[in-house]
Amino acid sequence: MQSTLDFSHYLRSTGEGLVHLDLAVDGINCAGCMAKIERNLLKIPDVTSARVNLTDRRVALEWKAGAVDPTVVVARLTELGYKAYPFERAGSETREAEQASLLLRRLGVAAFAAMNVMMLSIPVWSGNSGDMLPEQRDFFHWLSALIVLPAAAYSAQPFFASALAALRARSVNMDVPISIGIALALAMSLFETATHAEHAYFDAAIMLIAFLLAGRYLDQNMRRKTRAFAGNLAALKAETATKFVDGEEIVTVPVAAIQPGDIVLLRPGERSAVDGNVISGRSEIDQSLITGETLPKTVTAGSPVYAGTLVRTGVLRVRVSAAAEGTLLSEISRLLENALQSRSRYLRLAERASRLYAPVVHAAALLTMIGWLIAGAGLHDSVITAIAVLIITCPCALGLAIPAVQTVASGSLFSSGVLLNSGDAIERLAEVDHVIFDKTGTLTLPELDVTNAEAIPADIFALAGRVALSSRHPVAAAVARAARATSPLGGFEEEPGQGVHGVSGGLEIRFGRPSYCGAEHAANAILSRDPEASVVAFRCGSACHVFAVRQRLRPDAEAVVASLQRQGISVEVVSGDREPAVRAAAEALGICEWRAEVTPVDKIARIDELARRGAKVLMVGDGLNDAPALAAAYASISPISATHMSQSVADAVFLGEQLAPVRAAIVISRNARYLMRQNLWFAVIYNALAVPIAIAGLVTPLIAAAAMSASSVLVTLNALRARIGVKGVV
Amino acid sequence: MEVLVILVPLAIMLGGVGLAGFLWSLKNGQYDDLDGAAWRAITDDEPVESSKR
Repeated sequence: MQSTLDFSHYLRSTGEGLVHLDLAVDGINCAGCMAKIERNLLKIPDVTSARVNLTDRRVALEWKAGAVDPTVVVARLTELGYKAYPFERAGSETREAEQASLLLRRLGVAAFAAMNVMMLSIPVWSGNSGDMLPEQRDFFHWLSALIVLPAAAYSAQPFFASALAALRARSVNMDVPISIGIALALAMSLFETATHAEHAYFDAAIMLIAFLLAGRYLDQNMRRKTRAFAGNLAALKAETATKFVDGEEIVTVPVAAIQPGDIVLLRPGERSAVDGNVISGRSEIDQSLITGETLPKTVTAGSPVYAGTLVRTGVLRVRVSAAAEGTLLSEISRLLENALQSRSRYLRLAERASRLYAPVVHAAALLTMIGWLIAGAGLHDSVITAIAVLIITCPCALGLAIPAVQTVASGSLFSSGVLLNSGDAIERLAEVDHVIFDKTGTLTLPELDVTNAEAIPADIFALAGRVALSSRHPVAAAVARAARATSPLGGFEEEPGQGVHGVSGGLEIRFGRPSYCGAEHAANAILSRDPEASVVAFRCGSACHVFAVRQRLRPDAEAVVASLQRQGISVEVVSGDREPAVRAAAEALGICEWRAEVTPVDKIARIDELARRGAKVLMVGDGLNDAPALAAAYASISPISATHMSQSVADAVFLGEQLAPVRAAIVISRNARYLMRQNLWFAVIYNALAVPIAIAGLVTPLIAAAAMSASSVLVTLNALRARIGVKGVV
Repeated sequence: MEVLVILVPLAIMLGGVGLAGFLWSLKNGQYDDLDGAAWRAITDDEPVESSKR
């Protein structure tokens, strides 16, 4: 199947007769892998360059146009033991990467200027107490201005722009006091220099900018990393579609190459990767990934199908209405829009701090000026003292306090299998006191599993698994997966809607519906015990066995639910599935509150009801029908197997078969929030100590510079505890 | 103190060279793969071709 795949969509021409290909590669984790991959890929004739990026787990390749088939490269990597797939950077990832690189450049300029100004400031500080001539001091001040003013004008732009935007919207954010502080400090220093005064604060101003930019860069880089990782995961899903070219001829292409208007073929056992409308064909489809409903539905010409739908019986031709990242049910998109608006009302911890901070600081500066005027100081000295208050209170530590904790905490979350989508998710996850789980695909595993494996002899199970590989039916696929079968038995034929049959070892073998294998009695016995299960029978000669297949709960779901409840978090199941299925799952997990057959509108209504009662709801869900609820909830997490839409609106995505990352997310976030608050208190204490000195008019540029670095280093070190504090959680 | 006339511009120029170097390395993609760069330093048989670019 690999050989028929057409990857030409991912090739980029670089000019000079070369083509470029980016591959996401799973399993690179050491220097050995890097050297091995590069050496082996360069052995392919006409490959001119192969470069592994260990940070992003990607490979960039170039070769002479037309000389190499991309599938050869993917096959070579598979031989080496790495799963690889071409990928295309999503728009959001490119933007984050550009932002991060721009911030790093600004940080470089600011840090360069800060270092060189220090070289000029230290002689002035030591000279002020010694024998420096006023002319020399002025000369050094002018040089400082020459370096700092252009550097500040360039590197402080993010703060000025954000402050301006906030003021235009008639609100205040942290960047407003920062911008005012920087601008006043620079203007005052310039004035003082021109009037041959003793103190100038160029060094403090540029250092402040550099520290704050470091905080911003940490924040941005964290987002960039998650985006890159999510991009790899999306690529490695290796979703393909079978597309019609010229009416009857078909070709298998990656989903990224499908355009709206294309006609694709969906065969039994395939999961649709696109949204569209059926043109011809009739089939039962399983929409559990989208609606949570586990009973199959019949579609005919004209019916819509959505990405994630599993085709069970017939062959469908579908006209694509939107490709992978496209549209969805109009009702869901409308609900989603409303829900996202309500979420943007959340005020981040830093914003709340700044609302309090800006008026207090500005009032303190104003009072200082008035106080000194009343006390009989001159206007010039009063203004200088007031500006010194602004400089010393400038939220250097505050700007680092939260991003530093966020960066460290998101690293911890990453290693316990949680990827953050939004920067403020940690703060909201920390406050959660009520968790709503969706059932299908969230509490249960997304794939079907055999539940009565212990009742079937191992050799029969293994044989059935190999036979099952000949069928495309999802239930057969579940048996093959459970048996860990890899090599299909030859000579088996599929009878559509019935099963497969053939001969092996002189015995006639049948695998399929119970009636097809003459095993109705055993099958009914299983169904009467567990009405939610699907059954498939296996006849080998005269022996007959029936497999019960169903969605299985995540292995640690019960433990995670119990541990959440122990922590005083109430747990609830809200699902679109039928009542018996939901009740069974809830009872198995010891959850007393559950709701079944809930529509997307009612899910939001339930969340709103809880929110009115003051609960902070964490929604954990995966289906398209959960997307509005994920957006409406106070915080949300979805599994990596979720639909594109759900993943993009959720605050975080968790990996793997376990449910434990959900609990880890809450625990790590709580710890991080505790440290953020602690850091904010550090900043407050620092101000309480420094402000009186500034008000008294005792601040010199030396004190300002020392206080600023000391407080920044302190909060950064404290932030590192976010990593130490989570040991034993995962 | 006349030596300042030479030393100060020289110091600033050296700083400028440092900044130019940083900007060049940023543009050249030197910070794109920090984890990989750390390991590359200790691999002994790095393919020759990959060090072009």
